[in-house]
Amino acid sequence: MSNIIAQTQSPSPSPSPSPSPSQRLDQGPMIKLRDVSKWYGHFQVLHDVSLDVRKGERVVICGPSGSGKSTLIRCINRLEEHQKGEIIVNGIEMTDNVKNIEKIRRNIGMVFQSFNLFPHLNVLDNLTIGPMLVRHMKKKDAEELAMQFLEKVRIPEQAQKYPLQLSGGQQQRVAIARSLCMQPEIMLFDEPTSALDPEMIKEVLDTMIELADSGMTMICVTHEMGFARTVADNVILMADGKTVESGTPEEFFGNPKNPRTRLFLEQILKH
Amino acid sequence: MTHIDGSDQRGAKPRQTLSTLLYSKSFRTAVTQVVMAAVVIFIGLFLYQNVVENLRAQNIATGFGFLEQTSQFDIGEKMITYSARDSYGRAFVVGLLNTLSVSAAGIFLATLIGFTVGISRISSNWLLSKVATGYVEIVRNIPVILQVIFWSVLLRNLPNARNAVEVYGVGFLTNRGLTFAVPATHPIHSTMGIALVAGIVLAILGSIWARRHRESTGTYVNMLWPSIGLVIGLPVLAWLFGGAPTAISYPVQKGFNFQGGVTISPEFTALLIGIALYASGFIAEIVRAGLQATPKGQIEAARSMGFRPWFVTRYVVLPQALRVIVPPLTSQYVSLIKNSSIAVVVGYPDLVNIGNTVMNQTGQAVEAIAVMMLVYLTISLITSTFMNFYNRLVAIKER
Repeated sequence: MSNIIAQTQSPSPSPSPSPSPSQRLDQGPMIKLRDVSKWYGHFQVLHDVSLDVRKGERVVICGPSGSGKSTLIRCINRLEEHQKGEIIVNGIEMTDNVKNIEKIRRNIGMVFQSFNLFPHLNVLDNLTIGPMLVRHMKKKDAEELAMQFLEKVRIPEQAQKYPLQLSGGQQQRVAIARSLCMQPEIMLFDEPTSALDPEMIKEVLDTMIELADSGMTMICVTHEMGFARTVADNVILMADGKTVESGTPEEFFGNPKNPRTRLFLEQILKH
Repeated sequence: MTHIDGSDQRGAKPRQTLSTLLYSKSFRTAVTQVVMAAVVIFIGLFLYQNVVENLRAQNIATGFGFLEQTSQFDIGEKMITYSARDSYGRAFVVGLLNTLSVSAAGIFLATLIGFTVGISRISSNWLLSKVATGYVEIVRNIPVILQVIFWSVLLRNLPNARNAVEVYGVGFLTNRGLTFAVPATHPIHSTMGIALVAGIVLAILGSIWARRHRESTGTYVNMLWPSIGLVIGLPVLAWLFGGAPTAISYPVQKGFNFQGGVTISPEFTALLIGIALYASGFIAEIVRAGLQATPKGQIEAARSMGFRPWFVTRYVVLPQALRVIVPPLTSQYVSLIKNSSIAVVVGYPDLVNIGNTVMNQTGQAVEAIAVMMLVYLTISLITSTFMNFYNRLVAIKER
């Protein structure tokens, strides 16, 4: 174990200089990852990854497939367990304490590549079931809230339809609305546009840009470099379970430090 | 466009000749239907004529008049009063009730074991899942008739009443069945039965109320324990109000047999265990497949919203799993009911067993078989109608 760690010389990024103890309480990062490592059997997917995300910050994580970027954000809401290092969300450390996990999850919304809407419930019920069961909302209030967010993603007229009756882009917008109904402070996006037809990608990205403009803290795993350039505060490249490059979009796209980043950008921007 | 349409219509009218008719698909379909119907009717008539002539030649009566005649044979296990002086019709009813009782007990047992084993199969506990897998492979890969015979042989090789195996003071295992102590009959028992039904109804009403309450106030009320309390508590209350009679009828050995208590015959037990275990293997696989059919992403979506594990199961996994489970479960139930006719090989007096006796005594094989077939068809159709109705309740709307 110690061998593996010693060999890894991850250029751990430190976006913000560590604040003095008195500042930490109010200015500290909302999400703090310190030397997070994870193994699938003998295969190490994450090598000492560290990351700080401040309130309202928009982080885009990109990288070749298998680089561990999805695993990383799935660790943040404990869909995957990390085995080493620490993850602290809103001051709560992620351990296997069930109460803490639920507390953290209630604060984090997640949007998946394959939407994962509940096919046995109509759109409105998909949006209200979470607030009702987890936040103990009244049905009436939950429905009002749901309609509000359906307006926001511009499909209020589909409220009574079932997920499989909608197009991919519409389903993903419903999924975003469903996450927002839980009124999270942080949103995680796991390749939200990868399963969509090209003409539907735009409607989903527009929704995400609006969300970013409203000040939501976001971490997006995506290959949409245009989105990264216009929206992100911090763009991160992951490769082989390590963070290879991290910086503002200007630095990342204009003047990448790592040759790995240059190679990746060349490949992804070729066409 | 209009040009093409116009020329098509003009061309279609004059072509109503004989060859158009002969080559038209609808005409050919109609002719085939008529020919098929004629063939079926002809074969049916031929068979019917044949049977009637043969029976007349052998001096065997036809028709269902024999159902009124005295049967002159006794039946070992019966749920209604019946003696050798009753009619063949009543003997059939005795057989039908026996078939229904062993089928109902079988469906209950098979469902209970099947769901338990099916859930165990996908358990993360290595030992549990391997044991469950082994169980499934054994019970569903041995012919059901062999399994029934196996249990029958096993039960018949138990010691006789004099050397009965005592089971923790509640009963005795002998080659004449399982005899166990029961509370002595008391008038309060019927009241307790009513209380039980009332408890179940109240528990259902309670869960409907809990749902309404949750939707209007947002407070979740767990009705699991209150429901269990109602279903168990009301009969217990009735028992207490009835003076809490504690008299128990103990089985006492007398001669070659026991008196008192209740005895379940080895025939019934062997048949029940055989068909129930066999079906439970298939049901376990159906349940496993149903639970695994819910995509992992569904569970992840629910968990990422902070759902508690029970909510994930109750509101996300189960509604989707039932949709996959119910249709094949129906055919397992129907198949179990039909498998109960294996009763013949262990001597349990079910419908087929009694039907065979009736057939031997009256010689009216066609009618006896017809009665049996009609009864099984009716039971099976009722079962699948009920399950189809349930299936429509849990179906998913896709279009």
